[in-house]
Amino acid sequence: MKTFKLGGIHPEENKISAQQPIEVVPIPKTVFIPVSQHLGTPAKPIVEKGDVVKTGQLIAKGEGFISANVHSSVSGTVLKVDEIVDYSGYRRLSIVIETEGDEWMDTIDRSTELKKECTLDSKAIIGRINEMGIVGMGGATFPSYVKLNVPHGKKAEYLLINGVECEPYLTSDHRLMLEKGREIMVGITILMKALHVNKAMIGIENNKKDAFQLMTDLAKEFQGITVHTLKVKYPQGAEKQLIKALINREVPSGKLPIEVGCVVHNVGTAFAVYEAIQKNKPLFERIVTVTGKSIKKPSNLLTRVGTSISDLIAMTGGLPDDSGKIISGGPMMGRALSNADAPITKGTSGILVMPEKESKRVATMNCIRCGRCVTVCAMGLEPFLLAKLAENQSWEEAEAEHIMDCMECGSCQYTCPSGRPLLDHVRVGKNEVAKIIRTRKN
Amino acid sequence: MFAIGITAAIILYIVAQKFKVIENPLIDEVVELLPGAHCGGCGYPGCRALAETMVKRGSLENLNCPVGGKEVMGQIAALLGLVAEEKEPMIAVLRCNGSKLNAPDKVLYEGATSCSFLHQLNVGESGCPYGCLGQGDCVFSCKFDAIAIDSKTGLPVIDNENCIACGACVKACPRQIIEIRFKGKKDRRIYVSCVNKEKGGIARKNCSVACIGCGKCVKICPYEAITMENNLAYINFEKCKLCRKCVKECPTNAITELNFPVIKEKAQPNTEVEA
Repeated sequence: MKTFKLGGIHPEENKISAQQPIEVVPIPKTVFIPVSQHLGTPAKPIVEKGDVVKTGQLIAKGEGFISANVHSSVSGTVLKVDEIVDYSGYRRLSIVIETEGDEWMDTIDRSTELKKECTLDSKAIIGRINEMGIVGMGGATFPSYVKLNVPHGKKAEYLLINGVECEPYLTSDHRLMLEKGREIMVGITILMKALHVNKAMIGIENNKKDAFQLMTDLAKEFQGITVHTLKVKYPQGAEKQLIKALINREVPSGKLPIEVGCVVHNVGTAFAVYEAIQKNKPLFERIVTVTGKSIKKPSNLLTRVGTSISDLIAMTGGLPDDSGKIISGGPMMGRALSNADAPITKGTSGILVMPEKESKRVATMNCIRCGRCVTVCAMGLEPFLLAKLAENQSWEEAEAEHIMDCMECGSCQYTCPSGRPLLDHVRVGKNEVAKIIRTRKN
Repeated sequence: MFAIGITAAIILYIVAQKFKVIENPLIDEVVELLPGAHCGGCGYPGCRALAETMVKRGSLENLNCPVGGKEVMGQIAALLGLVAEEKEPMIAVLRCNGSKLNAPDKVLYEGATSCSFLHQLNVGESGCPYGCLGQGDCVFSCKFDAIAIDSKTGLPVIDNENCIACGACVKACPRQIIEIRFKGKKDRRIYVSCVNKEKGGIARKNCSVACIGCGKCVKICPYEAITMENNLAYINFEKCKLCRKCVKECPTNAITELNFPVIKEKAQPNTEVEA
């Protein structure tokens, strides 16, 4: 079975919501839509207090090369454009809308029939993806159109589709494949057209056998798409690891996948591309897995962007009494939030409520030089060293030791027998080194 | 054996003479006078580097050893036949009074004990995006035992005697809360104990002693030592004459006065921050 060779761990999968069909969350009374739901420059609001907006209307325009448009997820009146506390406690510029009904832009095709043919050419496809605010739905939220603009001198051979969902607990991609498999396939063909490739490979972890079977059957109806099962190993869903497993190529340090002739997109992104191109629908809703061992009804919820996290938790039976942490994302790469009223954004793949007894961190002890962190690092780094360099503020040395190659998967911290917060220190280090690199460029 | 020994000795002697570094003997003498802490407080990498600069430059302008202070600088000046600059003693000042009482915890943080990490991840337990996080990055950076976290307030306290204003804690703080200011006559100093730039209403939600940017201190200062920018007041320590008018005037007690006698007429909650 295909897999990546270096490092990796196997945490408990806990895919307790895998059998729950997608449910639609009722539209809330108020939505808080941040203007930055993507990597890169925040979008600039083009509406103000008092403006009446429709579902799918453009409300903030992307600025600069790496940016994305933001569309309203509801119809109603803009209450204010102000700094709103997000899940990290910091205030971020958001557009607050009071909902009235659910009137969509009449440019959007709301029919549910599958539309297979795409009449647009590559350039038009990429333009529309940009216009519709499509970003990486795996959680990284990188503006998708940027990846499709292959730089001069490079050529794309493969389109790789990420149906891995290696984070424990999260099942939104799984359900999407089971329930919207054909739409995803059409989305993939559209992406293939945009990239001028005739080979697409979908990678699915072996714990989603039903999805694998379904997607394999569907692939027969389309040209050039193959489906591959991958060994269940974290972080198989990471871009570089997926490339290694599927086509056995390694992306050089500091470079992008296009360097080895491929572009990677999440299944959720492929679905969003289908809706954008075939139905003219911008990105304003997504499936969020709300889960946790004490949650009464772990669910996969189709949510409008801007809905409060607390609304979703209420839909699954309310916050359990023994709750310790609420995590945005999965247990490996997610972040514990300090504000449960924060809004769902394009990148919120899941909300994990962790019971108190599982939320406590172990006491930190000294590094015993066991080397386990080095063994599990999927990027071939030395986490104990990077963490120490970051702690001692030796930024230049950290950069020389490839700290920027760290993808923050958390395998090292998970494995450390001394309970050392390796990833925490590396994150500080990456932040500082990134600042140094930026000032060097200027 | 004896022949090898003699040959080796001759070779070593020749090499030692050929590669001898002729150095001004004064440098060694200055190094003797300096404290030898190699703390970098002077801005140079180690005491020897400072000594070299002093001797080679032929002037003590802008050169100062904060650890040795006036005494050591005087001795070096006498040795080199130069004049030492009269430097006003400086000290690190924590410009935040967001204690557990003034800025109560809204959430509990359990992660790496690192201010830089917490700052990156979250706004912090009090909710103030500019306030002290209390994880002790400054304490970790201090080589002079001059700073420690007070367990009751959750804030770092700077030791009046040990702090030599080397600036390590200033660099360590991810929110630039610590500033090097004049130590002051009789160790007295007045400063705005807040660096929050949010609008007053929002700042006060998280902390009862936040600066709300009202400007009353700016108006009352007879020496024009206070300026207001981004909803935050700042006292210029070079202009401040320690008249204490602004401390009384501030409606939220955001201005702290250290080491003054307590005025008996009303309670001064901010003077609980000890030196």
